[in-house]
Amino acid sequence: MSELETFRIQTRAWLEENCPPDMRDGAVSEATQCWGGRNWTFTSEGQKLWLERMAAKGWTVPTWPEDYGGAGLTKDEAEILQDEMTAIGARKPHDNFGITMLGPALLKFGTQEQKLEHLPPIARGELRWCQGYSEPGAGSDLASLRTKAEDKGDHYIVNGQKIWTSYADQADWIFCLVRTDFEAAKHKGISFVLFDMATKGVTTKPIKLISGSSPFCETFFDDVRVEKVNLVHEENKGWDVAKYLLTHERGMIGEVFGNMTGGRSLGEIAAHEIGVDDAGRVEEPLLRAKLVQAEIDSLAFSTLLQSVSERAEAGESLGAVSSVLKYYGTELNKRRHELLMEIGGSDELEWSDENDNGQRSKDWLRTKGNSIEGGTSEVQLQIIAKHILQMPGA
Amino acid sequence: MSMMLNEDQEMLREAAAGFLNENAPVSAFRELRDSNSIGGFSRDLWSEMAQMGWAGILVPEEFGGSEFGMVGAGLIAEEMGKHLTASPFLATSVLAATAFSKFGSEAQKEHHLPKISAGETLYALAVDEGAKHAPAKTALKAERSGNGFKLSGAKTFVANGHVADHIIVAARTSGEAGDENGITLFLVEAETAGLKRSASKMVDSSSFARLQFEDVEVNADAVIGEVDAGYEPLDTILNAGRACLAAEMTGCADQSFNMTVAYINERKQFGVPVGSFQALQHRAAHLHTEIELAKAVTLAALQSLDTEEESAWRLTALAKTKVGQVALLAAQEGVQMHGGMGMTDAFDIGLYLKRVRVAGELFGDESWHANRIADALSF
Ligand SMILES: Cc1cc2nc3c(=O)[nH]c(=O)nc-3n(C[C@H](O)[C@H](O)[C@H](O)COP(=O)(O)OP(=O)(O)OC[C@H]3O[C@@H](n4cnc5c(N)ncnc54)[C@H](O)[C@@H]3O)c2cc1C
Repeated sequence: MSELETFRIQTRAWLEENCPPDMRDGAVSEATQCWGGRNWTFTSEGQKLWLERMAAKGWTVPTWPEDYGGAGLTKDEAEILQDEMTAIGARKPHDNFGITMLGPALLKFGTQEQKLEHLPPIARGELRWCQGYSEPGAGSDLASLRTKAEDKGDHYIVNGQKIWTSYADQADWIFCLVRTDFEAAKHKGISFVLFDMATKGVTTKPIKLISGSSPFCETFFDDVRVEKVNLVHEENKGWDVAKYLLTHERGMIGEVFGNMTGGRSLGEIAAHEIGVDDAGRVEEPLLRAKLVQAEIDSLAFSTLLQSVSERAEAGESLGAVSSVLKYYGTELNKRRHELLMEIGGSDELEWSDENDNGQRSKDWLRTKGNSIEGGTSEVQLQIIAKHILQMPGA
Repeated sequence: MSMMLNEDQEMLREAAAGFLNENAPVSAFRELRDSNSIGGFSRDLWSEMAQMGWAGILVPEEFGGSEFGMVGAGLIAEEMGKHLTASPFLATSVLAATAFSKFGSEAQKEHHLPKISAGETLYALAVDEGAKHAPAKTALKAERSGNGFKLSGAKTFVANGHVADHIIVAARTSGEAGDENGITLFLVEAETAGLKRSASKMVDSSSFARLQFEDVEVNADAVIGEVDAGYEPLDTILNAGRACLAAEMTGCADQSFNMTVAYINERKQFGVPVGSFQALQHRAAHLHTEIELAKAVTLAALQSLDTEEESAWRLTALAKTKVGQVALLAAQEGVQMHGGMGMTDAFDIGLYLKRVRVAGELFGDESWHANRIADALSF
């Protein structure tokens, strides 16, 4: 038996033994995520156990080195782990912007001390991170950001405002873009810093979303002291870190949203909810045509994801390909949720404040942000035209 | 059939726009929503609308109506769409008014049409029983009992069903669910024993009802039209509603679009208004074109219903499909072009997205009507 097969069998057995029953419903909705951190209240004993057990194995961040809280798995092993989790409908044990965004950036740009300090608490779900990039005047044109960090020797004093900071009111730490040089060209005066959200001078104000919840905030910095040991990479070179992180974020967003076929397919849901004719076809022919088109695009997209991941594994530098994934995956996800609404008809148009009821319409509204967060679809298309196609004037 | 408004119609549109701007701006809708009002609309405002002749817009003058016809009703619906005005207009003044004026007995007309015009009494139409529109699938049973009928079954997605005084119910008197024959329309008093109503808040903050009928007794004179032959009248009533929903969605599309263009012309990134990027300009221009189509097809449907042309149902199906698509696109594009702002409750664009989803679903979504057109054209 090959080593990978052995790994698969052991993984399956371990998951079977350790994944609590209530963590096996395959749920991926916002309402079922486990974000961890100092302020987290577990929704069940199962959720708590699941995080602890997976963290102890290093499987919340399976490919990170063991020193930083991971399990040092190869890409193939990590894929097996993912497959086996999907097979039993295991929920993700833990979501954290520290895993998907900061982690990869720190692994590349951080000092050994920074990695040792920040990565293990992320892996264990002890500290929850948020992303301080966008500002009221700097969205698509992120590099025009104006939050100011003044050099005070061993520390900076930060003043300014961020906006759309997801979960800032619940996060423990922030990775933040600040301007350290106001004279330089806009990309050249930015630094990437980390600080505790409990630091004096940090305040947050939640913004209500169209889906009714308030996951993002306006975040204000008023003379916030940031130690220089928390500067990642060199001063004024934060844009390199920011871009690298965005590439990861976009790849991740594309992957997550483009690959939600894990559970039931749209066709199955429609067959169940709308009914089928004598030949077993979804009764609405036009809806059926739209569903199969979405299915085709999802399947094709998952083959692209596979190919991109193999190319990355082979050492190819992908860069702007993450924009291809981000663009397509999010647009696809929006389409899928429109179709879910169409399938659900009047039942799923109901809105109620309890968690389970009306969840589909809330999820639908939330997906509208997929093609905005992490850089809009228009920005991704521009990146593709410029960096991949190298078109004139782009 | 004219594709232009006449002078009276132009005046009606201006009056409607003026009144709603003043009395029912989107902020009024927000207040209603945030106060969690169960009715979902303001009774006082409805009385004022009735005084202006809107409640009786489809009611003949002899019964106190303003008899403006479907084009007039559509104009009001369109303006309401722009302002997100919550009112019983659709259920009472379009659906019930059409039901009585076209299919009611003399006694029913005399009793109900003046009440509709006066804006005092509220009506609802109960058709669907499942999550997707399917009038022929009516299963709610009406059995003969004594001098009348006994109704048992359930209805869902009933606009104003929880506040209406009278409910027009499609029931099965013969045949089976799926048959067009064997459906009868009944007028049921909301307070009748055995009728349970529960209100549901929808994604757009409107209120719809689920109704439960347990041996609800009605007299023989509660029948509207003929026993077993209610499907076609029902379709006529629904078509009036569908055309007005198309008109309302045209208003939503128009308003979403105008707000969005204003926003992108104002919002600066990279040192210029984002509206100066051709990528957005072309999409705005495309939307404009689609909305022009939506307006034309809506008016064509309304006109054809007024003149009772044979093709009226098909133009109505066309309008419901096409406008449903365009309005959804306009709202989706609107959210996207607002960037992060579009995702916030504080901006109005998301309200239109929600409204359009509900209006699009009501009385047949785009696929349902498109299927119908394909069936009629035999392909
Ligand atoms: C759900 C959600 C979560 C988010 N979470 C975070 C977070 O945690 N941290 C954080 O820092 N930010 C976050 N954001 C912010 C997000 O990154 C920005 O909203 C995004 O980059 C767009 O910026 P903007 O909102 O200012 O839109 P704008 O830049 O003002 O864009 C408005 C419109 O103009 C278009 N546009 C802009 N430039 C061009 C161009 N050159 N060509 C064509 N079209 C253009 C845009 O695509 C968009 O449609 C989040 C946003 C959302 C919706």
